[in-house]
Amino acid sequence: MKLRRTLLYVPGNNPSMIADCMIYGSDTILLDLEDSVSVFEKDAARFLVKYALRYLDFSNTEVAVRINGMDTPYWKEDLEKIIPEKPDMIRLPKAETAEQIKKLDEEITRIEKKSGIKEGHTRIMVSIESAKGLKNAYEIATASPRMVAIAIGGEDFTADLGVKRTREGNELLVARGELVLAAKAAKVDVIDSVFTDVDDEEGLRIETEKAKAMGFTGKSVINPRQIPIVHDVFKPTEEEIKEAIKITRAIEEAYEKGSGVISLNGKMIDKPIVEKAQRVLELAETLGLLKEVAAC
Amino acid sequence: MLNAIGREIPEGLGTPYSGEMLKPSGRAAGHTIKLSRPHENKVLPCIKEAIKQSGLKDGMTISFHHHLREGDHVVSMVLAAIDELGIRDLKLAPSSLNKCHDFIIDYIKKGVITSIETSGLRGALGKEISRGLLKNPVIIRSHGGRPRAIETGELHIDIAFIAAPCADSAGNINGVDGPSAFGSIGYAMVDAKYADTVIAITDNLRKYPIEPISIPSTLVDYVVCVDSIGDPEGIMAGAVRFTRSPRELLIADLASKVILNSGLFKDGFSMQMGSGGASLAVIRQLKDAMKEKNIRASFGVGGISGPYAKLLEEGLVEKLLDVQCFDLQAVESLKNNKNHLEMDASYYANAYNKGCAVNNLDIVILSALEIDTDFNVNVITGSDGEIMGASGGHSDAAYGAKLTIITTPLMRGRLPIVVDRVQTIITPGSSIDVVVTERGIAVNPKNAELNERLKDAGLPVCSIEELKYKAEKITGKPDPVQFGDKIVGIVEYRDGSIIDVIRNVID
Repeated sequence: MKLRRTLLYVPGNNPSMIADCMIYGSDTILLDLEDSVSVFEKDAARFLVKYALRYLDFSNTEVAVRINGMDTPYWKEDLEKIIPEKPDMIRLPKAETAEQIKKLDEEITRIEKKSGIKEGHTRIMVSIESAKGLKNAYEIATASPRMVAIAIGGEDFTADLGVKRTREGNELLVARGELVLAAKAAKVDVIDSVFTDVDDEEGLRIETEKAKAMGFTGKSVINPRQIPIVHDVFKPTEEEIKEAIKITRAIEEAYEKGSGVISLNGKMIDKPIVEKAQRVLELAETLGLLKEVAAC
Repeated sequence: MLNAIGREIPEGLGTPYSGEMLKPSGRAAGHTIKLSRPHENKVLPCIKEAIKQSGLKDGMTISFHHHLREGDHVVSMVLAAIDELGIRDLKLAPSSLNKCHDFIIDYIKKGVITSIETSGLRGALGKEISRGLLKNPVIIRSHGGRPRAIETGELHIDIAFIAAPCADSAGNINGVDGPSAFGSIGYAMVDAKYADTVIAITDNLRKYPIEPISIPSTLVDYVVCVDSIGDPEGIMAGAVRFTRSPRELLIADLASKVILNSGLFKDGFSMQMGSGGASLAVIRQLKDAMKEKNIRASFGVGGISGPYAKLLEEGLVEKLLDVQCFDLQAVESLKNNKNHLEMDASYYANAYNKGCAVNNLDIVILSALEIDTDFNVNVITGSDGEIMGASGGHSDAAYGAKLTIITTPLMRGRLPIVVDRVQTIITPGSSIDVVVTERGIAVNPKNAELNERLKDAGLPVCSIEELKYKAEKITGKPDPVQFGDKIVGIVEYRDGSIIDVIRNVID
């Protein structure tokens, strides 16, 4: 099971942060060529990220590169330099239409072919940062077989709406909800926006809990200190794992008995409950929690 | 000749390090005996007068303590007075020197100071001495090595100048009261016991008798009152905040897990922590585990910081043995908490007494400027070969503790920290059990059991050679620093044998 609980932003023009970024245990690293790099440093950052991809050992961490938006003159050059170094994923900011994604896919395919890289190696993730993008979210999420995740860029999105971003996040509630629906329909991961106050650990935890409850599969983070908190929220609880184990056992027993109706503690177990339990167990197994709880 | 850990020690400098502690013989040294008369006035009007009365002459040895850290005014006032009196060719033997002591360069150039024996050197003074400013090599001793040398007579102090935050007319001293309070006066307590003449310099002269008394009047010859002995901001230069650096927090997290899985984390354990950000973060993490498992530490040792004092206050540690306070919270704790005990440097770390505190330690966390694949540690010379640190209690605590943990980033800037061979050895690898970096943990092969324990706990254990490889893969191998033939520093191990020498840097 590929986890994308945390996506750590790393400025593409900061050598020391790039050199260290893989040691903090985030599921995905986002080497950034966009907002954290000034227009005067785009070229230098491209080279830095290119050589980081070539020489650094990222071990099993998924590595994505956030290129510049398709409304800028930089994105094609970003791809030219980056795709040959085989990043796992390209993240496109400010996605607004399915046509953009098709164009991006074509460009990636062209460079993959030219560089002798297996076609389809490079996955795509996009962020939705405008009302227009949100309205097209499902089409965007299904525009390419490379697409694996969509995210919301909270700062740009609230700017587009003309509202202030708050700690409570009510202004993003509808957008988050719609994005989750689009992602689930398209069967791709859905990643929540960053929580910008790195010293507010409680605020981060609350926002992450809300995101998890809404159906988000992960959250972007801007400081390694945020990683353990987000991971902790996305970890299934001991009770959830135990409950999932009970449900699967009940099903096995029912099958053995040839019983058509399955119940646990007097409650009917139907297909969605079974699927949910399987997802919990799969996640618990990926995180190595299954043995621990089973041993209890 | 080569010493036991392969360092070239020229003939005639002293006994090369043998790999084992040398056994002492003979009797302890002492100070001259004096008659004290009833109602004698010890308070003198100025430092110059006290120097005259002390009989300081060319060629003698003077000492200071470093409790005032970067805020020290006393060394400067005393050397100015000595210079005015025309006294030359002195040996300066402070417990350590800081960046605020760069002015000593001028006194070396004038011939006032011709030798230095200290724990550390920093700033411009360190740079100049590394380039051969001083005629004689500096002798570097640990915090336990210095009292050993004083008590054996190897370092005889003629006049000890003791900066005293609080003193009375009879010469009783403490470090906890007054505008320049720094807390424990542990390093000066040894000087007071063994120097021929002791001069207290205070900015807080009180009525006889003061309370508490850390250095008694029986050891003090003269008292001088000055406007200020130190700058409070500089005195607290040792104060550190909890780190927010993700890398330091990661190292602290791993170091805490090493402790939790070491087999030593049980009720009644003892520990020494440094003052660095990572050490404080370890305290924070251990605190949670101690509460959860209902474990209390029996005692903490060494330089004490506020967070450690807080553990005492919360009852998570039963006693603190304090040789120096790193911040005001620690000073207040020493003053007000009866379980926070002041100790002298000999009690702390001297191998040649009948039982020093570090010998009772379970765990110590120490830092490193460099560590090599034999686990030898350098904490004195920088990547440019210059003297920039201090021996401190590093080798003493490492020798005494059952588990010695080095915490260090694997790289600093573009430099690898795990190397083939450290520039200068302060602590031999035989005293080090484990090195914790953000990219892995290496256990000294001598401690195979610990290696297994940490592996079983799922910690990222690898060999020290692997750590070196990981660092060099990113940084490359730096060109070696170019040294000349002149020996500018002699590094004594805690038993007085020579563990390494420092040669002059060539620009």
